[in-house]
Amino acid sequence: MLVTGVARQLGGRFVRRIQRDPQVDRVVAVDAVPPEHHLGGADFIQADIRQPTIARVLAETGADTVVHLDVTGTALGGGSRTTVKETNVIGTMQLLGACQKSPSVKRLVVKSSTNVYGSAPRDPAVFTETTSAKSLPSGGFAKDAVEVEGYVRGFARRRPDVAVCVLRFANILGPTAETPLAAYFSLPVLPTVFGYDPRLQFVHEDDVIEVLRIGSHEPERGTLNSGTFNIAGDGVLLLSQCSRRLGRPTVPLLLPAVTWAGSLVRTLGMTDFSPEQIRLLTHGRVVSTVQMRETLGFLPRYTTAGTFEDFARSHGPGLLPPEAVAGAVDRIAALPLPGGGHAPAHPPTPSAN
Amino acid sequence: MADAKVIPFDDDRSRGSAVTRPPRRRGAASRRKNGEPAPVREIGEAGEVQPLPARAAGQDDAVVTGEEQGRQDGGGGGLERRIAGGLSFLRRRLTGDYEVDDFGYDEELTDQVLMSLLRPVYEKYFRVEVKGVENIPAEGGALIVANHSGTLPLDGLMMQVAVHDHHPAGRHLRLLAADLVFVLPVVNELARKLGHTLACAEDAERLLGQGELVGVMPEGFKGIGKPFSERYKLQRFGRGGFVSTALRQGAPIIPCSIVGAEEIYPMIGNAKTLARVLGFPYFPLTPTFPWLGPLGAIPLPTKWTIQFGEPIPTDGFPPEAAEDPMLMFNLTDQVREQIQHTLYKLLVQRRSVFF
Repeated sequence: MLVTGVARQLGGRFVRRIQRDPQVDRVVAVDAVPPEHHLGGADFIQADIRQPTIARVLAETGADTVVHLDVTGTALGGGSRTTVKETNVIGTMQLLGACQKSPSVKRLVVKSSTNVYGSAPRDPAVFTETTSAKSLPSGGFAKDAVEVEGYVRGFARRRPDVAVCVLRFANILGPTAETPLAAYFSLPVLPTVFGYDPRLQFVHEDDVIEVLRIGSHEPERGTLNSGTFNIAGDGVLLLSQCSRRLGRPTVPLLLPAVTWAGSLVRTLGMTDFSPEQIRLLTHGRVVSTVQMRETLGFLPRYTTAGTFEDFARSHGPGLLPPEAVAGAVDRIAALPLPGGGHAPAHPPTPSAN
Repeated sequence: MADAKVIPFDDDRSRGSAVTRPPRRRGAASRRKNGEPAPVREIGEAGEVQPLPARAAGQDDAVVTGEEQGRQDGGGGGLERRIAGGLSFLRRRLTGDYEVDDFGYDEELTDQVLMSLLRPVYEKYFRVEVKGVENIPAEGGALIVANHSGTLPLDGLMMQVAVHDHHPAGRHLRLLAADLVFVLPVVNELARKLGHTLACAEDAERLLGQGELVGVMPEGFKGIGKPFSERYKLQRFGRGGFVSTALRQGAPIIPCSIVGAEEIYPMIGNAKTLARVLGFPYFPLTPTFPWLGPLGAIPLPTKWTIQFGEPIPTDGFPPEAAEDPMLMFNLTDQVREQIQHTLYKLLVQRRSVFF
């Protein structure tokens, strides 16, 4: 088995986990930079997937399963956006070219994202795998993901003998996940777009590892693991709910101001607050997970709310911890009881509202 | 033609009383605050139409005594309980401990807050009378198809309150709204929380498949933005997509006729250039708007009737029926005819636009 993008936490965790499966003889971990975390005895090969060397690596190792995780929105260790785009698009092209030449490859798993649907007010409320985006993402990671999926579809057409599984992950959160949204939720004060309360869906990193495992093995009886699947936890959280559960106050800004601030922050290189991120935080995105349950046979352990709870627990409370808010309300509730009259009972309600 | 005569006759009277109406309402409000009925002023002002104000006054009085009774009862444990309930609600809201569905529908917020905001408009301002609510099934998916009018989509909101408050099973109506709703800030947030979603086949089918009650106004902007002279004339029903959606899900279609919404903003002109600049489908000019500024945006207090008609079953058709354009057009026409017919019937029965 060959795994790309192992220098990231997610890739590293997957490599460590997959070696414990009895079906897996050998795991070859590939990335352009050596990982800081250990890979649990997997063979690490330092190779840049943008270079043709990846074909040699694949031919030498004779891997039968390729798990392509190096499709990401953020650069590792402060690379530029150009590098990320090249790794995503050119890297995928090189890797797919290598796979096409390799007779041993039987299975390909590609990590994609629900970003491919874009988010626009004119979209249906819930995306299924077959929904085509009303407005194709104009740039950034979302466009990369669309292009990557295009190349993967082309590969699947040319090599029908290879089982191809494209997993479109919702926003990945968890104690160690390094995604733009996780960075956003770590801000002390959350800037939001005034007048919009987007619906968000999360998937827990543990579930990500699990579903990657399902995708990279032979399918279980009665399930099929080739095709395109949306992967998300059950349920939906509104951004306002997230901020309250996290205890981080929000600052509503007008949409032009948010766009401007986003580009300013991006220019300064502080965080990757990309336009598609702003669109997500404006219009939100919800995907249907019926295919994931019924065809892929995967039932996520964490719901969207459960994922967020786990994330909030590991990141500690913000400026307004929900417990403190609840305590304050409880104290107001306790006020009129000793007094017993209506006069003290009345004022707290309007003031609290 | 007989119907067409009814309308201008009402209008002549309404134009006179529309001006005197707001002070009367203010009087009613202050009266309730004082807890002292003032029926003398009431009759004196609207002397022209005697029997109805008397009835309205009676209703108001009943409400006043009811409220007062509630307040007296609340003196014991009721008020405490209500405050406790309100605080636990506040606590849940502030800590984010509530659920929304995939469409962003916030049932708790809708029931506790947004409906209580809409209810005074529904009960006191438009005095909506609901007929045939028993035609809405107690469970399972159903598609309510209604006429659309009034420049601003208040009719949809009132229909939602009507179903919410009058249906014995306490069903929630999920409205399908135009894409413009989801483009505008604040409006889109409230619409989603009220359970509305984009009027597209995917969303409608998903909601019907979940056994929800879905409301749609197929006339769309053509209906809501039509000039006052064309009131109560149903426009084209889109492309009949709602019929094929209902057919595919086997959900009954319930025609619904709303009378009263046409006159809330009598649109006598349409500033097309301004509309194009602002990106709206139309920009209404009414006798008061935009001449009186925000004051002109207050709707006229018309009296409304919402009638839900006999359901039209769709589960008897074979599965390929949804692909049959002829059948689709026939069903669309049947629904449209039924709504138009009921509209005319209700108009004949109506005594006045405002009472």
